[in-house]
Amino acid sequence: MIQPTFTSSRILLPVRPWFIAVSLFVALLANLLPTAWWPGVPDWVALVLCFWSVREPRRVGMGWAFVLGLAMDVADGAALGQHCFAYVLLAYGTAALSRRILWFPLAQQALQVLPLLLGAQLLQLAMRLAAGADFPGWSYLIGPLIAALLWIPGTFLLLLPQYQPVERDENRPL
Amino acid sequence: MAGIDHAPPPFFKRGPAPLALLTFYLAISLALFVVDLRVQSLGLLRQSVALVVDPVQRVAQMPGSLIDHALAYLGDLQEMRAENTRLKESQLLTAPNLLRLEHLEVENERLRRLLAVREREKAGGQVARILYTARDPFSRRVVIDKGQMAGLVAGQPAIDEAGVVGQVTRVFPFSAEITLITDKNQAVPVQIARSGQRSVVFGRGDGQLDLRYIPANADVRIGDLLVTSGLDGIFLPGFPVARVTAVERDSAYAFARIAATPLAGVENFAEVMVIAPRQEALPPPPPAPDRHPAPHAAKKAGNP
Repeated sequence: MIQPTFTSSRILLPVRPWFIAVSLFVALLANLLPTAWWPGVPDWVALVLCFWSVREPRRVGMGWAFVLGLAMDVADGAALGQHCFAYVLLAYGTAALSRRILWFPLAQQALQVLPLLLGAQLLQLAMRLAAGADFPGWSYLIGPLIAALLWIPGTFLLLLPQYQPVERDENRPL
Repeated sequence: MAGIDHAPPPFFKRGPAPLALLTFYLAISLALFVVDLRVQSLGLLRQSVALVVDPVQRVAQMPGSLIDHALAYLGDLQEMRAENTRLKESQLLTAPNLLRLEHLEVENERLRRLLAVREREKAGGQVARILYTARDPFSRRVVIDKGQMAGLVAGQPAIDEAGVVGQVTRVFPFSAEITLITDKNQAVPVQIARSGQRSVVFGRGDGQLDLRYIPANADVRIGDLLVTSGLDGIFLPGFPVARVTAVERDSAYAFARIAATPLAGVENFAEVMVIAPRQEALPPPPPAPDRHPAPHAAKKAGNP
């Protein structure tokens, strides 16, 4: 999609690949902040990954998801493959739904993304519970809710470098 | 003509089908997951990824530690002075014991030699700083700032000034992971200091410990001190672990339900001492089929 939202008349600049990489790296950094025991801290990597695989499904896909998942597994000290599995499925799901999701207003996009993010979290929970871990408490599932709420400001933030200044003249009515 | 037989422009090149890619990546992830949890032979992969992730991790920790340092710097001097006085006092209080310790150790050694009993090992080790709590909400672990480069190996016990904190379970080149004794999968063989009865404490996952395999009619009281028994060949005997806080005897069960609180500041500390691995060889395990809980648990704790 070349507009920020489907009703907008502004045309976006093409995305810069390095910006995608930087945003994913910043998300990884945000995930590694010492906020482990705060309830409801969203999984930033999942959110940004989800955003780019909705916006640019041909640039960000399951390969990125796998690598980031591996990094998160090691950084968290979690079981290897836990984040990988969830992120790869998340990237696949969002890429498959990307055409549809972008035709909704932002608030409804957030509603569409919520089950995907929640599913990724539930999947990790199921994997660890099946492997014999303890239930970490319901606050584990608040993160995706917050992440879905952050979809709206996140979209504006991540699309910011693609906006171009509005300069209209009679030759360029848009 | 060059224009006739050239390949079509790569407009429609999209790589392998998404479903094929998905299957591929999911298969790898699942294989990693199963192998990591069941066989635990992915140390090398974990270490090499950690080598890349570790610097990022440390950068991410920086703002927090900067704020901490700033707060500590600005924190009132009064508190520091009080702490300093307290520390000096406690040092003085322990001085007589410490000063005599060396003498006693020499004497003990000599007496043991006279009795032809093997000498007791001395506890040595290195101090490490806790970097952060591991983010995994399913377990209780912390990461310390020393690793393979400092000679750490998996299995070494870690203590603080009050008692046992946990055990090193994963070693990376520049950091190591300590599983706290409050982790659900961590077991420490202990004995009750007063009665000498041996058993195993398990973490509960909520900051408390469970003393298991104690018969319902055994002599356990609230306030009993639990110290490491050393039966596992990993922990040196005699380190304080926990204090019994609740004893619940129900004749319906063979064992009493005993809760204990860890003595070490297990969930809030800054520095730990990682004890050097024990040198003495363990006697071979008895061939008898009846499995005593303590060696079993020790084996579990030793090979995480």
